[in-house]
Amino acid sequence: MSIHGLKTQHYNSSFIDSSDIISTVEFNHTGELLATGDKGGRVVIFQQEPESKNQPQCRGEYNVYSTFQSHEPEFDYLKSLEIEEKINKIRWLPQKNAAQFLLSTNDKTIKLWKISERDKRPEGYNLKEEDGRYRDPNTVTTLRVPIFRPMDLMVEASPRRVFANAHTYHINSIAVNSDYETYLSADDLRINLWHLEITDRSFNIVDIKPANMEELTEVITAAEFHPNQCNTFVYSSSKGTIRMCDMRASALCDKHAKMFEEPEDPNNRSFFSEIISSISDVKFSHSGRYMMTRDYLSVKIWDLNMETRPVETYQVHEYLRSKLCSLYENDCIFDKFECCWNGNDSVVMTGSYNNFFRMFDRGYRQDVTLEASRENSKPRSVLKPRKVSTGGKRKKDEISVDSLDFNKKILHTAWHPLDNIIAVATTNNLYIFQEKLN
Amino acid sequence: MSGDNEETQAAEETSVDEKEVQEKMISPEKAEEAKLKARYPNLGNKPGGSDLLRKRLQKGQKYFDSGDYNMAKAKIKNKQLPTAAPEKTEITGDHIPTPQDLPQRKPSLVASKLAG
Repeated sequence: MSIHGLKTQHYNSSFIDSSDIISTVEFNHTGELLATGDKGGRVVIFQQEPESKNQPQCRGEYNVYSTFQSHEPEFDYLKSLEIEEKINKIRWLPQKNAAQFLLSTNDKTIKLWKISERDKRPEGYNLKEEDGRYRDPNTVTTLRVPIFRPMDLMVEASPRRVFANAHTYHINSIAVNSDYETYLSADDLRINLWHLEITDRSFNIVDIKPANMEELTEVITAAEFHPNQCNTFVYSSSKGTIRMCDMRASALCDKHAKMFEEPEDPNNRSFFSEIISSISDVKFSHSGRYMMTRDYLSVKIWDLNMETRPVETYQVHEYLRSKLCSLYENDCIFDKFECCWNGNDSVVMTGSYNNFFRMFDRGYRQDVTLEASRENSKPRSVLKPRKVSTGGKRKKDEISVDSLDFNKKILHTAWHPLDNIIAVATTNNLYIFQEKLN
Repeated sequence: MSGDNEETQAAEETSVDEKEVQEKMISPEKAEEAKLKARYPNLGNKPGGSDLLRKRLQKGQKYFDSGDYNMAKAKIKNKQLPTAAPEKTEITGDHIPTPQDLPQRKPSLVASKLAG
C-alpha cells in the first residue's frame, strides 16, 4: 500500500503554544467528518469535500467545518485541584437527523455537543425590520408571511448535555455503546455508565479502588464497548492486563468475565517490565472478533476467545529497549500511544517518535515506517518508507536511534472507517494522508 | 519474546567466566536497569507500585490555602519557610506553595491554529 500526501493542515512556527497541542483525533462513522481536540480545550472539525469530477482519482480534501471551545480550565477550590481543559477524548454518535453529535471530555466533565448547519434565514417579518429593530406599528398596514431565503452556511455548535461530577480521578476514556443510548466513562479507578439523555446520575460499573490506597497496585488505562454486543466492554490496566466484563452478569462488574494477560518470563523481569507493559490503548476490531492493545514497545492483537496470549504481536520500536534508562529519566517511557484499525481490520497503525508512525499489514505480514513532517509531505507525493538503523553500520537514508527526536511524538492517529485515509497528529500539526489510487 | 529466549539459551552454553559479560549482552533491559540503579541508588524496587500510581492520581493537585500562607508568612520572622523541593513531586507535605509557585493559567480565548 502506498500512501501519499493529500493535504496537510499545520501550524508553522518556531514557538509552540502549548494550547495547540493536539490531544485526540477521531473520524465520525461515515468518515466525512474528522474531529480534533487540543490542550486548550478546543475542538476543530474538518469536513471532507465531495469528490470533484475533475479529479475522480482523488478523494476530497478535508477543510475546516466548525471550531468551538468545548472545555474551560477550572479550579476545584474544595480539593485544591486544577482541572485542565485539555480534551482527552472525542467520540462521535451515529447520525440520526440533520445534526451531528459528539461527546468530548476533559479530566472531569463529559459534554454532548450538537453541531448543526444553518443555511436559510427567515425574512419579511411583520413587526421587525431586517436588522431586528421594531417597526413603528402605525406603518404596518398589511400582513405578510415571512419566507426562508438562503444564506451563507453557518455551522453552530451548542452543548446539549453536561455530564459532570461523577469522577474523582482523571477520565481517560469514553466509549459509546452499540445501543446508541448509553456510554461509559473511565477514570484511573472507576468506570461509570451513563444514559445520553440523563445528566444527573450515572451507574458505577467497575470500581478497583482498594480500601487502603497504600495497597494500590494498578490503575485503569483505557476502556471500550464491544462494537455490536451492547452488554460487553473491556478495560485495560497499567499492569498489562485486559479485563472483559458482561453487564448482564451483575450490576457491578468488578468480577471480570475474561482476563487477557500474556505470561511473562520471570527471568526477563526488570525494573522497567511493569512500566512498559502498561497498556495505553485498547481498540476492538470492527468485526468484534479481535481487540488490539498498545503497550510501550508493541502492538498486540488478541482473539476474544483466547485469554492466554495474543495471537499477533508487532514490535513498534524494539530498538528503544536499550534506551529505557534515558526514556525513564525524560519521562518518555510514560507516553501513551494510541492505535487504530483500518476499515476491514487488515491493517493496524500506531505512532512512534521522530514523527514516525508504523503500519502493520496483518495479512501480508508486512510493516512500514512513515514520517509525518512538512519536508516529506508535499501534496500528491508518495511518502517514502523510513528506517531506523539499530546495528553499528548505518545505511544511507537510515536514522540512528540516537538521532531520534523524542519530543516529536505521534500519540494520536485515526483511520477512516471505510477508505484508506488516515489522520496523523504530531505535537501540534494534523496530517491527512490517503492511499494513491491507480 | 522469542528473541530473548534464543539469547538466554545461548548464555547457558557459554562458560561461567564469560557469563558476566554475556549477561550484559543478553538483556538490554537489564543493562538499562543497571544503568538506572547506578545513577539513582535510592530507587526502590517497586517501580509500578503505589508511589508511582499515587503520583499519577495526584496530577493537578495544588495546595494554596491563604490561611496556611499567612500563617507561614507570620512564622517566617522566627524561622525559615520550608522551601519548595527542586522537583515538584511532593504528594503532600511540609511544602507550602506560594502564589509564585503556582503556574499561571491562561484562558483559551485564542482560536485554534488548526482552524486557520
